Amino acid sequence: MTTWQIVILASIVCLALKTVGYLVPPRAFEHPTVARTANLLTAALLAALIAVQTLGAGQSIQVDARLPAVAVAAVLYALRVPFVVVVIAAAAVAAPIRAVT
Amino acid sequence: MGERSADEKKALRAALAVGFATAAYGISFGALATVSGLDIWQTCFLSLVMFTGGSQFALIGVLASGGLAAGGAAVTSAALLGTRNVFYSIRMAPIIGPGFFRRAAAAQLTIDESVAVASAQSSLPAQRYGFWVTGIVIYLGWNLTTLIGALIGDLLGDVSAYGLDAAAAAAFLGLLWPRLKERQTQAVAVGAAVVATLLTPWLMPGLPVIVAAVVAIVIGGFNLFARKGTTA
Repeated sequence: MTTWQIVILASIVCLALKTVGYLVPPRAFEHPTVARTANLLTAALLAALIAVQTLGAGQSIQVDARLPAVAVAAVLYALRVPFVVVVIAAAAVAAPIRAVT
Repeated sequence: MGERSADEKKALRAALAVGFATAAYGISFGALATVSGLDIWQTCFLSLVMFTGGSQFALIGVLASGGLAAGGAAVTSAALLGTRNVFYSIRMAPIIGPGFFRRAAAAQLTIDESVAVASAQSSLPAQRYGFWVTGIVIYLGWNLTTLIGALIGDLLGDVSAYGLDAAAAAAFLGLLWPRLKERQTQAVAVGAAVVATLLTPWLMPGLPVIVAAVVAIVIGGFNLFARKGTTA
């Protein structure tokens, strides 16, 4: 697939998902297990993405400047520091470590 | 338009506060998207059409780690993260009411924030008003800041030198953090992170993230780690 095909296909799928609830009767989704699992799915994917983004390097695991940066980000989120500040802080932690290693 | 009710004013304040906070994510998204190999047009297309932050970040995250070969996995990750919007749209349908064009517009604006603001209001008019104002404010702000971020990312060039790959992980953490209140969600997050990490050396880039979704299905399906007395 080209980048454009990936971008357009993913966009159409996501837009279609938003439309479902306005088109179909809600019965099928009323089961609590379905609703609960859908909620947990979001957390699972985000957590997996964090892990891969922090430790992955193609098809291998690599511990480098990203790990301390994410650790600092976690501490800052716990202290309720705003999102943008945390993202910039993470970059600011990673950049100098990378420069010297 | 006549006098707004107190309810509607409260909804408006919530919409503006959430709208401005979210717009800031747009800058990060724009910059990280160009960094992961998208051009400015593709980046803006995602914010205009896909318009659901978690899925957008997921798509560029998988593309950044696996390149075009991970295209299928990137689309799947974005779609899986977008499934929660199905449940949002079901919840919003009675609030929005009938009408094809109205529903089509509402579908595009159905995201975490518009649903959250609408759900927090007590009367139906305020719910409806909160949904539309939040959705429109965020749609405009998100697209404008995506463009600004994409232009910044385009200027920066080599991104790992600026630590932007670490910033991407920190951005995901920011999306996950508010969801970690329940013990069950925490268990899912830890389990999924471990599974994705362990599978990374064995599977094609992008796939470990999708397989990690099984953790949510197992824990959600059997309702493991739930507090006593809670079933939903």
